[in-house]
Amino acid sequence: MAANALQAQLNALLASMFATGMVDDQFKQLQSLEDGGSASGFVAEVATLFIEDADRIIADIAALLDQPAVDFDKVDAHVHQLKGSSSSVGAQKVKLACMHFRQFYEAKSKDGCLMALALVRSEFCDVRSKFQTMMQLGQQIEACSPK
Amino acid sequence: MSSVAGGVVGTTAVLPGAGGGAPLHVLAVDDSSVDRAVISGILRSSRFRVTAVDSGKRALELLGSEPNVSMIITDYWMPEMTGYELLKKVKESSTLKQIPVVIMSSENVPTRISRCLEEGAEDFLMKPVRPSDVSRVFNRVLP
Repeated sequence: MAANALQAQLNALLASMFATGMVDDQFKQLQSLEDGGSASGFVAEVATLFIEDADRIIADIAALLDQPAVDFDKVDAHVHQLKGSSSSVGAQKVKLACMHFRQFYEAKSKDGCLMALALVRSEFCDVRSKFQTMMQLGQQIEACSPK
Repeated sequence: MSSVAGGVVGTTAVLPGAGGGAPLHVLAVDDSSVDRAVISGILRSSRFRVTAVDSGKRALELLGSEPNVSMIITDYWMPEMTGYELLKKVKESSTLKQIPVVIMSSENVPTRISRCLEEGAEDFLMKPVRPSDVSRVFNRVLP
């Protein structure tokens, strides 16, 4: 019974992530590779790697923008990297925020980049929170499911 | 199963091949840990044995010691050695040139694509790579 209730919570969480555009079809593709759709194996692995990767990249971009003379080429490289990983995991809003970022580093606008980074960080924090909840529910479901 | 040894950062999964024989071995090359995990997962689900490395240099080291790589799938943009440069080195090698190479990229640059295909790449996949992309290419290229 507990497993059913937890599964219902997980299903509702995932449905809302899709409905709000937080994740896209690529995430669905990754889910289809997971045995049983439990979100405790492959999807969790990829989500964890994405969270670690994005945390690091966002910190690196912030450090670059904190410099008196901003290296916009390096900012470009980091945003490109984050856009790639968010695209691969299906984190659509983060990907779109990265695409929005481009105009500001191309214009070499520090203020614009700072605003764009704030949006990227906000979208990332949202999806990170949802991914973490998803993984916790997946682990709980696995713990109370019969072997 | 995961293996971390001698600079190779990878996941190898040995699964029976479709015909019951030894699984085909695919070398995946990508500097992004997320993309390595995604492509490895897609390949494992298609019953391939996968080794994933994070650079062209590591790929060449592995190719020098591992005789049975059936396919290489590599990202285009990587620091130090791009996927195109790795492709060239593979195709210039008498021992490696028969290995099919597939390039992946997040950017749709026609000149880049044609350059890779002219150099001998089997296909050029746009990221994010999907299971259907892998099935389409690998079914065509591999026995």
